[in-house]
Amino acid sequence: MTHPVLELRNVNKSFGPIDVLHDISLSVKAGEVICLLGDNGAGKSTLIKTLAGVHKPTSGEMLMDGAPVSFARPKDAADRGIATVHQFGGTFPLMTIGRSFFVGVEPTKGFGPFKIFDRKTANAVAVKAVQEFGITRIDDGDRLIGGLSGGERQSLAIARALHFGARVLILDEPTAALGVKQASHVLRVVMEAKKRGVAVIFITHQVTHAMAVGDHFAVLIRGALAASFAKGEKSRDEITDLMAGGEALADLDAHLDDAAATVS
Amino acid sequence: MTSFSFGALLRRPEAGAALSLIAVAAFFVLFGGVKLGNFLGAASWLNFAANLGIVALPVGLLMIAGELDISIGAMIPAGSMSIAVVSGYYGQPILVGIAVSLGLGVVVGLVNGYLTIKTSVPSLIITLATLVAMQGLVLSASVLLTGNASVALAAPDWAKAVFGTLLGGSYQIIILWWVAMVGGYAFVIHMTPVGNWLFAMGGDKTSARNAGIQTDRMTVWLFVLSATSASFVGMCGAILFNSAQVSGGMNYIFNAIVSVVVGGVLLTGGFGSVIGILFGTLTFAVVNQGIYFTNIDRNWSSLIIGVMLLLAVLMNNSFRNMALSYSPKKKK
Repeated sequence: MTHPVLELRNVNKSFGPIDVLHDISLSVKAGEVICLLGDNGAGKSTLIKTLAGVHKPTSGEMLMDGAPVSFARPKDAADRGIATVHQFGGTFPLMTIGRSFFVGVEPTKGFGPFKIFDRKTANAVAVKAVQEFGITRIDDGDRLIGGLSGGERQSLAIARALHFGARVLILDEPTAALGVKQASHVLRVVMEAKKRGVAVIFITHQVTHAMAVGDHFAVLIRGALAASFAKGEKSRDEITDLMAGGEALADLDAHLDDAAATVS
Repeated sequence: MTSFSFGALLRRPEAGAALSLIAVAAFFVLFGGVKLGNFLGAASWLNFAANLGIVALPVGLLMIAGELDISIGAMIPAGSMSIAVVSGYYGQPILVGIAVSLGLGVVVGLVNGYLTIKTSVPSLIITLATLVAMQGLVLSASVLLTGNASVALAAPDWAKAVFGTLLGGSYQIIILWWVAMVGGYAFVIHMTPVGNWLFAMGGDKTSARNAGIQTDRMTVWLFVLSATSASFVGMCGAILFNSAQVSGGMNYIFNAIVSVVVGGVLLTGGFGSVIGILFGTLTFAVVNQGIYFTNIDRNWSSLIIGVMLLLAVLMNNSFRNMALSYSPKKKK
């Protein structure tokens, strides 16, 4: 366990003449949560897509367990245990919990041409997997995904990824569209994943959520790593300022103060 | 599914279609003076339903997958003309005619499918193009080769027995093909993993692809299925009626889509059922043909179909919402 599960070394990515990622070096160990912070347009999505095998880095190295890897398709990354969970859970609103849990890897019973989808097993496994994460409200595998709350969908998607052996979990803004209570459910699921020794890459622009679960933080600005630090090294305000581009927010405060002074 | 529950029945995709069928039948019996016994056994609407149903099934599956195929309107006359030209005009063995007819369906399906997956053009537009193109091709080829827009075909007895005979004097053999296809599709779509892939694909194509489902291959297959089913219907018609015309088939486009939508398939994909499509087709056939059994003037049938379509879609919407918001009662 000396090597990080996933590591990027000096990764650059450009689309034609446009450079999106500059010289990114990142690593995440098993049982560690690394929070990737950045404003809209900072290159977070491109970085996730590079990690998940959607894009190939223009230059630089990607390593898993210390050995260089290269993914041609998202499937390659998935086969190595890199799972991405998107903002809306990447699930199918009009399918049942059991069916959507096993899309592409359906359990069957019977033999030959009469192999049929094993609904009972699928439902039972799906419900059990998500309940292990403390989401006990999901108890019927025949319910439709669209009837679940946003937090339950996220939790289900994370449970699904771990059930199928994910070692690196990439969470793309999992709490962005959620209320306070729902978000705390998802954060609890992230902690549980961490406890199981999964390497988690948590993308967000909500500093509070990041500070609740993160062990390590990386701030992305205009495609470059602006800062990288461990838990407790920086305060909430400092992180927010970093994300907004350094002095920007302090400047804004000063302007607002000036404005207030002239009014009174 | 251990205990019977009325609510669970209503949450199924076919609930709206089943209720429409009952409502339409009841309407005809109450206001049209139809004797239910005579009507249920009548061949006219069953024949109509079978021909329509064989096309509506794959069109419905495509719709579940999020695509649309309207080229079926041209593939029905194309299927009947190709067998009539090959086996009737040129006198080739009937097997060759069958192969050409179904093969044409496969080719057009492949074209539709590949264009859909390789371009970002909506399949409605692509199949609109192949619809018009195939109409032109069939008409010119027929006039060029035979100098006529209508060709006679005399099929041997065995081919007639399999594809184009009248059972009991009035029931087309295609009814049995339809029943078998409903059974086959229902098994594959609702019982096997392939069905799960179909619904996943229609629900969210990107997620389905990321889950390892070969969405492109599935799409092409579905288009091949619908085009071939349409040419199959045309071929059976030619064998049954001993002749083929270049016209006809256009009604099938709207009829099939109405049947599928009444049958509870979501126009944007991801939701529906084979049994629903079956009920949708039956409902459509009952309205379209059943009107002859009533005292109601036949001109009203389109109005009834329009109103029924609207009601069925509204019903399907509310049933779908019921299914979405359903959660089991809290256990104490």
